[in-house]
Amino acid sequence: MTTKALVEIKDLNFSYDERAILKGINMTMPRGKVIGIMGGSGCGKTTLLRLIGGTVTPSSGYVKVDNQIVHELGRNKLFSLRRKMSMLFQFGALFTDLSVFDNVAFQMREHTDLPESVIRDLVFMKLHSVGLRGAHNLMPAELSGGMARRVALARSIALDPMLVMYDEPFAGLDPISLSIIGNLIRRLTEALGMTSILVTHDVHESLKIVDYVYFISEGVIAAHGTPSEVRESVSPFVHQFIHSEVDGPVPFHYPAEKYATDLNLENRFA
Amino acid sequence: MPRRIVLGIRSVGHRVIDSVWRLGYAARFFSLILLKSGTSIRRFGLIIRELYFTGVLTMIIILVSGLFVGMVLGLQGYETLQKYGAETAVGTLVALSLVRELGPVVAALLFASRAGSAITAEIGLMKATEQLEAMGMMAVDPIARIVAPRFWAGVISMPLLAAMFSAMGIFGGYLVAVVLIGVDEGSFWSQMQSAVDFRFDIVNGIIKTCVFGVAITAIAVFEGYDAQPTAEGVSGATTRTVVTSALVILGLDFVLTSFMFRGVG
Repeated sequence: MTTKALVEIKDLNFSYDERAILKGINMTMPRGKVIGIMGGSGCGKTTLLRLIGGTVTPSSGYVKVDNQIVHELGRNKLFSLRRKMSMLFQFGALFTDLSVFDNVAFQMREHTDLPESVIRDLVFMKLHSVGLRGAHNLMPAELSGGMARRVALARSIALDPMLVMYDEPFAGLDPISLSIIGNLIRRLTEALGMTSILVTHDVHESLKIVDYVYFISEGVIAAHGTPSEVRESVSPFVHQFIHSEVDGPVPFHYPAEKYATDLNLENRFA
Repeated sequence: MPRRIVLGIRSVGHRVIDSVWRLGYAARFFSLILLKSGTSIRRFGLIIRELYFTGVLTMIIILVSGLFVGMVLGLQGYETLQKYGAETAVGTLVALSLVRELGPVVAALLFASRAGSAITAEIGLMKATEQLEAMGMMAVDPIARIVAPRFWAGVISMPLLAAMFSAMGIFGGYLVAVVLIGVDEGSFWSQMQSAVDFRFDIVNGIIKTCVFGVAITAIAVFEGYDAQPTAEGVSGATTRTVVTSALVILGLDFVLTSFMFRGVG
């Protein structure tokens, strides 16, 4: 982790109403790497991406992207920073009233004055890189889950961003699509020299492609390291997570009254 | 004071504060639409596209309803007027009823049910499927790109649709009174022409439709944008659009009518 950092997170705290979601998070994400963020559902992974993208504001601490503190930026500067980053949403978030071609062309038309002929060539190049050039005429409703994710990936790299954030890119995919998306993330990160932040709970696929991984549990970083380091980790949380164990530091049971109390056994046999 | 009464008062207080907060939020949202309308005006194609969805696709229901409302007016009007030997005034009755009241109000109610609900559902679903957030992450303002074009398309469509409704209603009245019943055609049209005043009847009707157009589309886009991003949230927002629009249309109609037609014979 010696490369110059693109994203730096310092003492980051975030709460919804009174509920603390992230507590004192510190992370450094170097340029040109694939960084994994893992943790159970509802542990604050997606919130972390939103904080990096500036759609929510931290309670304290900061997120610095490309040497700019995100929550201190005005609207114009924030939008200008967002043009250099993009996000792949969990289910693609393709614009349902636009074709595959128009989805990928969307940012080019909004942010550049490129002639339509150049946009056409660029869109075909982006779609070719995800293997869906032939699907350019289809509407999002005609795509399978895996194809929609690949179109969203092509859309997210439309303007060659410096940073791409992936929110659960493997959720709900069959093993083949899952492997294709994993390979594409790795290949595109290297080919375009960008930085990728991968939020996921798919351990096996993500450990194959990430350079460094953070585990978040109950709003704090439970462990971090390279894939080989975390595989060898003795942390009970990481062990439970990587080996998909049912019970452990993350309990099987949601907090509840005593079982006997709920079944009224104490009164019955008192 | 008993705890139940305290809780009751507190609950009323919460509701009042929530309503006032929501009203303020809606006003702020409305001013943002106006502030961010520059993109829609510069790229008028965005509004034209929405005009098709809100205006053109609503035409069928407006034209068919207008025809039937006019036919019923012709029939009922003739039935009453012929008792006094004034059946030739049926054209006046049909035209004034439509241009002053029924045209703007019924067209607005139909517009709210057809186009308003569609706008809310579309924006709400875009929110639920993270399309609005995705757009924001692409540094494209969803209010400027999605909300404002739909708002202006609704505002432009509404007067045109109400005019079509009234024209079709007058044609329906003509069909029943002149073609079916046999009222004199010359009297039907000439009495209508002399009784309908351009300034007091037609212009006031147009003003009403413009006000209704702003109110309905503002409610529709706000409810869609403010919807909870779930299936239940979107369905609730769609229902609220239709119900709130209907109440606002009828309330505004009374207020506008009381100002416009005071002392006009």
